[in-house]
Amino acid sequence: MVTPNSEIEVDRDKGNFRYTESHKYDAGIGLDEKVIDYICDAKGEPDWIRDFRKRALKVFESKPLPTNWATKDLEVIDFDKIRYYLAGEKRASKSWDDVPDDVKQTFERLGIPENERKFLAGVEAQFDSEAAYSNIKESVGKQGVIFMGSTEALIEHPEIFKKWFGKVIPTGDNKFSALNSAAFSGGSFIYVPPGVKVSHPLQAYFRINAENFGQFERTLIIADEGSEVTYMEGCTAPKFDTATLHSAVVELVAMKGAKIEYVTVQNWASNVFNLVTKRAIAHEDATVKWIDCNIGSRLTMKYPGVVLKGKRARGEVLSIALANDGQHQDTGAKMIHAADETTSNIISKSISVGQGRSTYRGQVHMPKNLRGCKNNTECDALLINDNSRTDTYPAITVRGDRNAVQHEASVSKVSAEQIFYMQQRGLSEGEAMSLSVNGFVNDLTRQFPMEYSVELKRLIELEMEGSVG
Amino acid sequence: MSSLTEETSTSESSDAVAPIREAFNRHVEDLDTAPSWWKTAKAESFETFAKLPAPNRSMESWRFAKLKGLELSDIQFAALPSISDAASLVEKSNFLDNYAGRFVFGDDQTLQADRISPELAEKGVIWAPFREAITKHADIMKDYFMKQEADLGSEKFAALHQAFLENGALLYVPKGVEIEEAFIVYNWSINAGSAIFPHTLIITEDFAKVKVVEANLSASEDAAAFSCGVNHIFAGVGSTVDYTLLQNFNEKTLGFQINSNIAGRDSNVKTISVNVGCQRYRSETHGQIKGPGSKVEMLSLAVADNEQEIDQRTLQTHSAANAVSDLLFKNALIDDARTIFSGLIKVDPGAQQTDAYQTNRNLLLSNTAEANSLPGLEIDANDVKCSHGATTSQIEDDEIFYMLARGIPRAKAQELIVYGFFEEILERIECPTVAENARQIIQAKFKKRLAKQSQAKS
Repeated sequence: MVTPNSEIEVDRDKGNFRYTESHKYDAGIGLDEKVIDYICDAKGEPDWIRDFRKRALKVFESKPLPTNWATKDLEVIDFDKIRYYLAGEKRASKSWDDVPDDVKQTFERLGIPENERKFLAGVEAQFDSEAAYSNIKESVGKQGVIFMGSTEALIEHPEIFKKWFGKVIPTGDNKFSALNSAAFSGGSFIYVPPGVKVSHPLQAYFRINAENFGQFERTLIIADEGSEVTYMEGCTAPKFDTATLHSAVVELVAMKGAKIEYVTVQNWASNVFNLVTKRAIAHEDATVKWIDCNIGSRLTMKYPGVVLKGKRARGEVLSIALANDGQHQDTGAKMIHAADETTSNIISKSISVGQGRSTYRGQVHMPKNLRGCKNNTECDALLINDNSRTDTYPAITVRGDRNAVQHEASVSKVSAEQIFYMQQRGLSEGEAMSLSVNGFVNDLTRQFPMEYSVELKRLIELEMEGSVG
Repeated sequence: MSSLTEETSTSESSDAVAPIREAFNRHVEDLDTAPSWWKTAKAESFETFAKLPAPNRSMESWRFAKLKGLELSDIQFAALPSISDAASLVEKSNFLDNYAGRFVFGDDQTLQADRISPELAEKGVIWAPFREAITKHADIMKDYFMKQEADLGSEKFAALHQAFLENGALLYVPKGVEIEEAFIVYNWSINAGSAIFPHTLIITEDFAKVKVVEANLSASEDAAAFSCGVNHIFAGVGSTVDYTLLQNFNEKTLGFQINSNIAGRDSNVKTISVNVGCQRYRSETHGQIKGPGSKVEMLSLAVADNEQEIDQRTLQTHSAANAVSDLLFKNALIDDARTIFSGLIKVDPGAQQTDAYQTNRNLLLSNTAEANSLPGLEIDANDVKCSHGATTSQIEDDEIFYMLARGIPRAKAQELIVYGFFEEILERIECPTVAENARQIIQAKFKKRLAKQSQAKS
């Protein structure tokens, strides 16, 4: 059990503030070739990126929304009313003192630089389309680790960037990956050289400040042979009256024997559509672990996946979703086994409060002629109120006679006896409920980096307030 | 729906439906003595069939199914009159020594109708072939026939079923009547190219109790046929229905089976399917829990080899509180066989204290077999216990080793493990001789494999 850290204050409304916008760069409303040219010019991008974006725009325009299985709520998004690029300065400051005051205050309020000073190996903070602040500890930089915004990386390290960019998630993977490919800006780039083990997590923070804005960050992490890295990201946005779109693409490459752990705590405001494509390739003996916590947003559709490409590669997804009134957390995991003796593990826990709806959607694929592959999937859903809703839709395809897959899911409510027991010991019903829910996710949160597990517990307590009665 | 799909469906209806429409017109001509409501309903069903699109890639309910081979172009929808070997087929219809009633249908014609005892008739039990039921028991037929929608993807095939159906078995059990002996229906497919439409309709009034067995079989091993069957159960308050279906059509047959049951308050409904035959088989089962306190069990086993594809869709809808549903589907796969299990537990708002389970277990016996599993939950009430589980795996080396060490050859050891795997379901069949016949059908499939293998060697 983690001792609550009093220094980490989490407030439900902590992210709900904004500053007046004064953007130096604004591509206007809607997305067409002119907007793409504007973005390319503003960022000073090479021609191959300009071509890449324009091809992606065509794919985006031609692809339908995934309406045959996805929620109809997607149709609410009006792509012509979104602002696709907003930036103050296109280059991130290396020193906190150089960051513009309003942006600095934003991140001070969210506690980002504090966290960095305390323990992080590097931090990047993105404000709307561009990184506002980017820094990496000297000791980590000396080991050859590259950590910067992807905007800078594609210019400063084109040789590594170009080799992997768009290779894990092709432009046409889905409508939103195509949109991201056309309009991407910001996000993190990490390269860890062979054998380097980054001792402390690298962190990024994503912040949407502008109304009607679409944030399309693009993250690429490459862990070279035998290296290890942990990356953590957090997201917030203030509450606007209109819908905001966040559509990131995250690509991870774990080379032979490498380890990547990717942690997300998403607490977007309740009007954000969070439609994210996240996928990793794990080569021989590599391990990729996604830890994914979704608390906020109106609709989240996110299914982190691992393509287990090399022998004995391992993929893991640990996910927690909490859906409150007006929210739909449509999350899950994909494990594509493509080599012998690959193993994967998916553990998903969801909590539906009030009219919240949580959905698990999963895919496990084992093609023929593979041997010794194993998958284990466990999904548990907790329903708090009598109008809460949960769904589970896994799809499992297994071929071959030397592989094993097991999937289990259960749905239940907090036991009345448990609540009664705690009430007898002086807890209020709300406190008892909150404690039960935290107990439900405890075996997962224990596996998270400490700061995040504490933050998550607080978030859950706040979300559970007023859920009973 | 995109315009693309509409286009494909229109072109499909103009090219492929035309010969089926001709066959339907001939079928209607043969119905001259049937009541007009029956003929009208059939004509409407045919139009529904013609209008609905054929299964296509954009349909979630056909996900993972191979669509090639589902075309109906090679099937003759006209009735085939000559049934020469009726006597021998009736003789082979021997799964039960004692029964409350028996119908033997061959290519949808009645080969034998063993009626119920006068005592049961006196109690008001109705056991009638449809040809008779549509005139003698028109009220019951109008209330219950095709009154449960196909809603798991085969709407088009259910409409085809109603349009072409010639016969079927109606069982109506009045209030409080409990029948110990089982009723049995044999549906034989005989001629090559024939299309059959078996239908069993079971209605139990309050506190009635009944067992029904259906056997769908081929008269020969090589006559390619088409079967599109429906089974509907209406279980009244406190009643008990036990239904077992043995499907062992030859491996050239394309089969559809659309099952649905409505469980009333405090009723017990158990359905068991044993699927061994068919080249392609699509089975849909909807358990509708409409009364509190009811218990619905849905069990199935399938053994698929060669290029067989068995596509199973299930739905457990809990519309009432305090009810239990339990589903167990087991598949053993050999060679290039494919199975699909796509199931859903749906708990409606207000269906509190639901206990629902869903399990799919697949045993892969070859390196090229493929099992797809899509167990699903949609839960709209909070005070429930719902869970599903799916496993796909192979036989453990240790188990084989254990038997090898005791002198049992590898192939035999594998076979024995498969029998053990299925026993969990077979032992839940209420009629011991039917369970025994199911075991024999499964064993015969393995024997045939062994014979083929030894032939190939010599």
